[in-house]
Amino acid sequence: MRRVPFPALIGLFITTLFLLCAIFAQWVAPYSVSEIVGDVWEPASAEHLLGTDNIGRDLLSRLIWGGQTTIFVAIAATVVSFVTGSVLGLFAAVIGGWIDQLLSRFVDLIMAIPTLIFALVVLSVMPVTLPVLILVMGLLDSTRVFRLSRAVASDIEVMDYVEAARLRGEGRTWIIFREILPNALSPLVAEAGMRFIFMVLFVSTLSFLGLGVQPPAADWGGIVKENKDGIVYGIPAALLPAIAIAALAISVNLVADWVLDRTSSLKGGRNG
Amino acid sequence: MGNLLEINNLKIEATSYPPGEPPKRITIVDGVSLALEKGKVLGLIGESGAGKSTIGLSAMSYGRGGIELTEGEIILSGRDIRNAKSGVLRKLRGAEVTYVAQSAAAAFNPAKRLMEQVIEATLYHGKASKAEAEARAVDLFRKLGLPEPETFGNRYPHQVSGGQLQRAMTAMALCPQPDLVIFDEPTTALDVTTQLGVLAAIKAAISDQGVAALYITHDLAVVAQIADDIMVLRHGKTVEYGTTEQIITAPREEYTAALVSVTAKDHTEKVSDDKPVLEVSNLHARYTGMDREVLSDINIAIQPGTTLAVVGESGSGKSTLARVITGLLPQIKGRVTFEDRELSRDLKGRSRNDLRELQMIYQMADVAMNPRQTVGTIIGRPLQFYFGMKGKELRNRVVELLDEIELGAGFIDRYPAELSGGQKQRVCIARALAAKPKLIICDEVTSALDPLVADGILRLLKDLQDREHVSYMFITHDIATVRAIADSIAVMHLGKLVRYGPKSKVLAPPFDDYTDKLLKSVPEMRLDWMEEVQRTL
Repeated sequence: MRRVPFPALIGLFITTLFLLCAIFAQWVAPYSVSEIVGDVWEPASAEHLLGTDNIGRDLLSRLIWGGQTTIFVAIAATVVSFVTGSVLGLFAAVIGGWIDQLLSRFVDLIMAIPTLIFALVVLSVMPVTLPVLILVMGLLDSTRVFRLSRAVASDIEVMDYVEAARLRGEGRTWIIFREILPNALSPLVAEAGMRFIFMVLFVSTLSFLGLGVQPPAADWGGIVKENKDGIVYGIPAALLPAIAIAALAISVNLVADWVLDRTSSLKGGRNG
Repeated sequence: MGNLLEINNLKIEATSYPPGEPPKRITIVDGVSLALEKGKVLGLIGESGAGKSTIGLSAMSYGRGGIELTEGEIILSGRDIRNAKSGVLRKLRGAEVTYVAQSAAAAFNPAKRLMEQVIEATLYHGKASKAEAEARAVDLFRKLGLPEPETFGNRYPHQVSGGQLQRAMTAMALCPQPDLVIFDEPTTALDVTTQLGVLAAIKAAISDQGVAALYITHDLAVVAQIADDIMVLRHGKTVEYGTTEQIITAPREEYTAALVSVTAKDHTEKVSDDKPVLEVSNLHARYTGMDREVLSDINIAIQPGTTLAVVGESGSGKSTLARVITGLLPQIKGRVTFEDRELSRDLKGRSRNDLRELQMIYQMADVAMNPRQTVGTIIGRPLQFYFGMKGKELRNRVVELLDEIELGAGFIDRYPAELSGGQKQRVCIARALAAKPKLIICDEVTSALDPLVADGILRLLKDLQDREHVSYMFITHDIATVRAIADSIAVMHLGKLVRYGPKSKVLAPPFDDYTDKLLKSVPEMRLDWMEEVQRTL
């Protein structure tokens, strides 16, 4: 294992910190998520480290609880997106023919509609619960993963070792999961980091527009929305979740960059 | 008269970054000295990794990525250029010293006409006006035997054949009238019949222009035709350095002797009257979207325990034949019979047993193995798949197979990336053997390997045939390989069978025109071979 570069270390550290806060929100957060503990938009104090929000709830607690929701939804949607996208993508590449055409053109069709608008339309007619939200986000995003995995797999699919497996009489499952997937995994894993960030932004956007996570549950986009009026009075409450989103995005990107770097050098890059 | 190029005690090093280890210095070339007079040709010969290209490029004081010329002198026309400034080198490269690369197809810009590219260096160095340079280029085209020399330069790279492109590149190198030309495997990627023409053209142009040349190749027979002196290299060190005649006829070192004799192996033909294991009759095939047949009316048979060599140039349809037999490309007409049962046209219709009995070994061993699987998994999978072996039994059989291919149990947990080219090909052979096949199709299995390694693979295949009584269909373009392994031969040209029969008959006169040309084009390890062939063809 080569030494982990410094930026990746920072990324790993901050990402881990966020994840730990999210997982252990129950114990880390000083107050409950919806308890009104003080005045409206109180400044930071010893009791409320980041002050209070628009109806007097502790902002730090809201941020920690919000982080839990945001990160959970983003991870779940990324998993949905990757499982659907990569399995269908690999399948399409291996099977070829009209099934591949049908799937690929369908994906083109979906991608032609702006994702955010599509999501808004779907969510406005569906009951907005967390599973629905995750499913809508995951399926919409799986089109991107489908394209990537299909492109990667079509390159691998023409390799002689896949042909050798075909000549041996291997079934489609073996070819997809044992011959192609292990070789396609590195770019897919790197992409997963990027997609996760898009998911964080996506869920925050939806919540900001009121179609994401519903109150009283907290999430970062929702907190921005609730406190956006405070900006006019010079109250920074709306900026804090924005900073959290930015910090998470950058740190996960740093890690993803590092993974990408490692996978490209594995493929016989300049250091090979 | 002084030497044009003199290299004294050259040492070339590079830093490598092996994954998981600290970077280390490796020596690529160590203490090599050579001298080249004006108008002479020096052949640099060795296996891959011997440092021959690196030495060749050092003659223009160039090192590929990360390579450093650390010690010694490179004296070109009386001045040491090893540490010369980039301005000096820029004036020198492409003017005094030029370079002909192995793959002309990759070296030309596909978006520009040939003429523009051929005269580019000449114009850049201000060695001639545009009109003069073009006249020179046309003259060179004519000397190199290119068709329609006046208008040849107006074509784009994709409009000419591989052999013509290689000649155009030679013209590009000769156009600035350099003192020294470096040829880096200029004919390796070409078919034998094309190679002969390019080689003759290069030789004539060199002697005509009176330039000196470094000729880099791994084929001793080729270099014997063109070089005055030969330097044999191995692991970056000089093995032997002498005149061409001395190296060919009286090699001093054991390694050189092995190189000289490697192509001279012969195999006594086995005649068998047994029922053929594979019979192909009246076979026609074409790719979808093409109106021309890639294979037409092919009839061949292979007896158990014998080897059929399928010979032909690239594009002759020999690999397509393998694809049809294995079921990857369904034929449009004809039958493939395997041990009395007719094989289904496509892969899906074949039983697991049909698939097991017919195995394939590929040309490029490194893409024929999944890089994420260990040698144990690669060889073990057919055992698991066809015979349902598990656990200890599986492992024991894999070790047995590894012993058979002379690698040993220590290789079981290695990944393909940790193997050399020859070892990879051996693992592929073991994978094919694991299925206990009746017939193995070998598609150019030795063409990507160095001569001595290829020789080892051929010997292994022969041993295995004696032991396991397996048949081979051996696809190759190399007549020397055919002589070394075949019992019967099928010569293919443009999708048709030109000649077919037992080896002794196919390789004995009277020949048809194509076979005659093919056989005569194979370089022989003699000094005056090329002149002789050119007279008779």
